[in-house]
Amino acid sequence: MINVKGLTKRFGNTVAVRDVTFSVPAGQVLGFLGPNGAGKSTTMRILTGYITADDGEGSIAGFDIFSQSLEVRKRIGYLPESAPLYLDMDVPDFLKFVVTVRKVPKDRHREAINRMIDLCGLKNVMHKKIGELSKGYRQRVGLAQTMIHDPDILVLDEPTSGLDPNQIVEIRDLIKEIGKQKTVILSTHILQEVTATCDRIVIINEGRLVADGTPQDLTAQSSGDTLYWVTIKARPDDIRSQLSLIPGVLDVRLHAESPDRSRFGLKFRSQQQVEEQIFNAVTQKGWVLTELYRETASLEDVFARLTTN
Amino acid sequence: MRDIIAIMKKEFRSYFDSPIAYIFTSVFLVLSGWLFYKNFFLANYASLRILFDLMPWLFLFFVPAVTMRLWSEEKKLGTMELLMTLPLKDSDVVLGKFLASFLFLSITTLLTFPLVISTFALGNPDFGPIIGGYLGAILMGGAYLSIGMFASSLTENQIISFILGVVLCFTLLIIGENFVLSTMPLSIVPLLQYLSLGAHFDSIGRGVIDTRDLIYYLSVISFFLFLNTRSLASRSWR
Repeated sequence: MINVKGLTKRFGNTVAVRDVTFSVPAGQVLGFLGPNGAGKSTTMRILTGYITADDGEGSIAGFDIFSQSLEVRKRIGYLPESAPLYLDMDVPDFLKFVVTVRKVPKDRHREAINRMIDLCGLKNVMHKKIGELSKGYRQRVGLAQTMIHDPDILVLDEPTSGLDPNQIVEIRDLIKEIGKQKTVILSTHILQEVTATCDRIVIINEGRLVADGTPQDLTAQSSGDTLYWVTIKARPDDIRSQLSLIPGVLDVRLHAESPDRSRFGLKFRSQQQVEEQIFNAVTQKGWVLTELYRETASLEDVFARLTTN
Repeated sequence: MRDIIAIMKKEFRSYFDSPIAYIFTSVFLVLSGWLFYKNFFLANYASLRILFDLMPWLFLFFVPAVTMRLWSEEKKLGTMELLMTLPLKDSDVVLGKFLASFLFLSITTLLTFPLVISTFALGNPDFGPIIGGYLGAILMGGAYLSIGMFASSLTENQIISFILGVVLCFTLLIIGENFVLSTMPLSIVPLLQYLSLGAHFDSIGRGVIDTRDLIYYLSVISFFLFLNTRSLASRSWR
């Protein structure tokens, strides 16, 4: 549905996007991840025809994003960063304007507007000026604007920024619901958001694409050391000497101590599975094991590793 | 065409969604009425000539105030990105915005008609120059609008956009004045005279509608609307 190849964009001497290549099949929800200023918004602006690129090519729904930008824009719903809206307009007037220029047939205007009012929960603010609305409601009006013409593709630049936790959950659920039928690209720097809503992740840093895969792929290939947490009812010194005997252990560190039990962190190289060895080592001594927990590399780790130098 | 009309409607309404339109129109009418009657009775001659002579100078400040927000506000609010990613041609958006401000300016100008009525009540003015004067004023206003709108497309600051609009219009207005022409080399005097916004207005105001004047105003309008479209394209490298 979306194919981008070698996209490059310079602003003066700074390169905002360099040689970015990716594609999104129909029906996928793609999370665009990266620190602030990584080039997420610039890439989205290029896709939606707001600016042109210096190099590279791209197509959306079979249309060239540069030479057939109008056709591309007809098939996209775009929510720019921080949902800019006409503050002097009231909500129905604004939506009416959008359906008109989006060429929704005239007899379906009312239906399209009402559908968005229901979907985005705008009933209570129908007679207010957009300028009077809270950030959360503005974001919803922005989302309504992106979906009102029922496009196949949605491009959402930080759709949940500035919302309170309840609203974030609502918008995420909304995106998940929409994502069942549509192709979605959404950018964010909130990692839980991606795990909660996306089928696939693309991480971009300093304009470069540094990772591309499902959330599971990315955490698996991060392959740092594995950390186990164990809590055992015994004296710390005894525990340390016993656990150090487990083959492959890199580090045994006391983490917390109480009169009758101690918590240790055990580090192993790469993705070793050593639950059994730990369990055996503990039961050999007749100790009671009260905690055994394997900490897997999280998306946060992957993100931190890929986006810091 | 439908796109142009949709943009025009939205822009025209936005004048009335905020108090701007009412303030502009009333200030314009009060000011033009005051300046007209002040000289009207002194001249002791039933003609609207005084009103039309005022127009280039009233428009100089009024028109950039009408156009200053057209692009600057879109840039400031970020709605530019929303508007320009809708399936609309840049040129259609430019035309729609221009037509909205043109309609607004025409209505405001025509609202000075009580001055016409009072002139007819007090004497027997010639009808031709009045029609010509209004037509000329509206055409000249259109030229000012296209210049002011272009100025607005260059900055996100409405004050800068206003001042830039005034300066550009002022320059194009005075290059045809005698005191400017007298300082210029003779060879470029006809050119400056031709380019001046004021000279063409004078002849229309006398009731003579010359196609050359019409063509002049339409060319100025198209030229600045074209520049406007080009300056929108520059969003890509800024």
